[in-house]
Amino acid sequence: MIRRISQKIYIGLIFVFLYAPILTLMVLSFNASKSRAKWGGFTLKWYSQLFQNQDIMEALWNTLAIAGLSALAATLIGTMTCVALGGMKKRSRTLIMGITNIPMLNAEIVTGISLMLLYISLNMRLGFFTVLCSHITFNIPYVILSVMPRMHQLNPNTYEAALDLGASHLQAFFRVTLPDLMPGILSGFLMAFTMSLDDFVITHFTKGPGIDTLSTKIYTEVRKGIKPEIYALSTIIFVAVLLLLFLVNYTPREKGPKKERRL
Amino acid sequence: MNKKALSAPYLFWSALFIIVPLCMVFYYGLTDKSGAFTLQNILAIARAEHAKALWQALLLSLGSTVLCLLLAYPLAMILCSMRTRQHSFLVLIFILPMWMNFLLRTFAWLTLLEKTGVVNNVLSFLGLPPLNIINTPSAIVLGMVYNFLPFMVLPIYNTLAKIDQNVIAAARDLGANGVQTFLRITLPLSVPGVISGITMVFVPALTTFVISTILGGSKILLIGNVIEQEFTQTGNWHLGSGLSIVLMMFIILNMVVSAVTDKDGEVNAL
Repeated sequence: MIRRISQKIYIGLIFVFLYAPILTLMVLSFNASKSRAKWGGFTLKWYSQLFQNQDIMEALWNTLAIAGLSALAATLIGTMTCVALGGMKKRSRTLIMGITNIPMLNAEIVTGISLMLLYISLNMRLGFFTVLCSHITFNIPYVILSVMPRMHQLNPNTYEAALDLGASHLQAFFRVTLPDLMPGILSGFLMAFTMSLDDFVITHFTKGPGIDTLSTKIYTEVRKGIKPEIYALSTIIFVAVLLLLFLVNYTPREKGPKKERRL
Repeated sequence: MNKKALSAPYLFWSALFIIVPLCMVFYYGLTDKSGAFTLQNILAIARAEHAKALWQALLLSLGSTVLCLLLAYPLAMILCSMRTRQHSFLVLIFILPMWMNFLLRTFAWLTLLEKTGVVNNVLSFLGLPPLNIINTPSAIVLGMVYNFLPFMVLPIYNTLAKIDQNVIAAARDLGANGVQTFLRITLPLSVPGVISGITMVFVPALTTFVISTILGGSKILLIGNVIEQEFTQTGNWHLGSGLSIVLMMFIILNMVVSAVTDKDGEVNAL
């Protein structure tokens, strides 16, 4: 009994530790005073000013576009790679997985500067496109690592059965293999999207002047003081995702024998 | 249809965006401005200001790794013992916060830790002495633990969840008490997760420049800050690359240690 209670308390403390800053930001988004140090009364003005702020809206658009496009491209390339890995020898598989682990294990700062050196020596102008390529690069491993386990669980007999029943290889792939891989692909996409959204370091080195994502915008504002509109925007994003998660988790859906791993 | 051909885009992509860029870091790090081979950029780590930054970074990242481990292990055990709805709980704890920008979340600690901030108000309410850690190494360690704790919990949780409950039951049947079972069964079986957690916390903590900039008040320079400045302010890419190579040696060392201890060989990311 005491054990249960102390476990609850421990989880509660960790929860507070992880969520205290988030709560702080939410409270600050309603703070009428521009200073983050004192409470100036409740206001919604930052929320209304947010949508008139061209800079922030543009950064938001860049962030979402880069996250969406890079997650999509990474999902496509990553899934193709996983399918290909299935038919490969162990040695080439180990090699590819080894390369895949490089961006996961290497320091973000090193990945960032190495990509910056590449773009500059290729005479590419640092901007939206270079950031996009960088994000695709660090997103592919997340997709591969979440599709790969599904790949191992595939039952080769179902694919063979589809072929026996007259499906072409392509048909069998799209109607048998792909649906089986779908949960892994989806979670890989979501993971990639989240990682791209939250990235700062690699964007910082590869973005060049004139373009900002939310992260880089916030970083330049850290010294000068962050505009309260940013708090308002983050609160909206956070609450939207929270609602979405609740919707997904609490909508009744068909009960199946398959247990999904969505992490 | 040749399945292997499907890996072509990724092979091309990873060659261009992973392998070539890494080679360029080595090229820049091992040459000087005229393009001649030199070791100066790497040996520059011995200069007082760089050595100090590296030492600081090592100390703080080791400290935060240990703290993460101490906090994460019990948490992972508790999460394992609660079977119901654990999945959505994991998401709630670890994935959801990522949707609030990590710079902002780290920045929020400034508000919390201020002299008259929330934390100190709570402390004085409880009759405890105030905490003045803003712009000190302690604040940076706190920021590291805050940001990287999930990377420690998830791998440990994954290995703990895989342990066959029968093994534990067998140990108890054979007369081991709770502590013995933990020390001789659970702990050894969870070592791969612990090692992978240590790697995943230590590397980002060692190389960060963001957390030290925000919570250290730009007075405390870590090796990450030095490299970042070489690239964005001073513009000495050769020196910056040289120092990055030194940094990578630590990462490789860390990887070798974990590869030797983790016989599975597969890096369990999440």
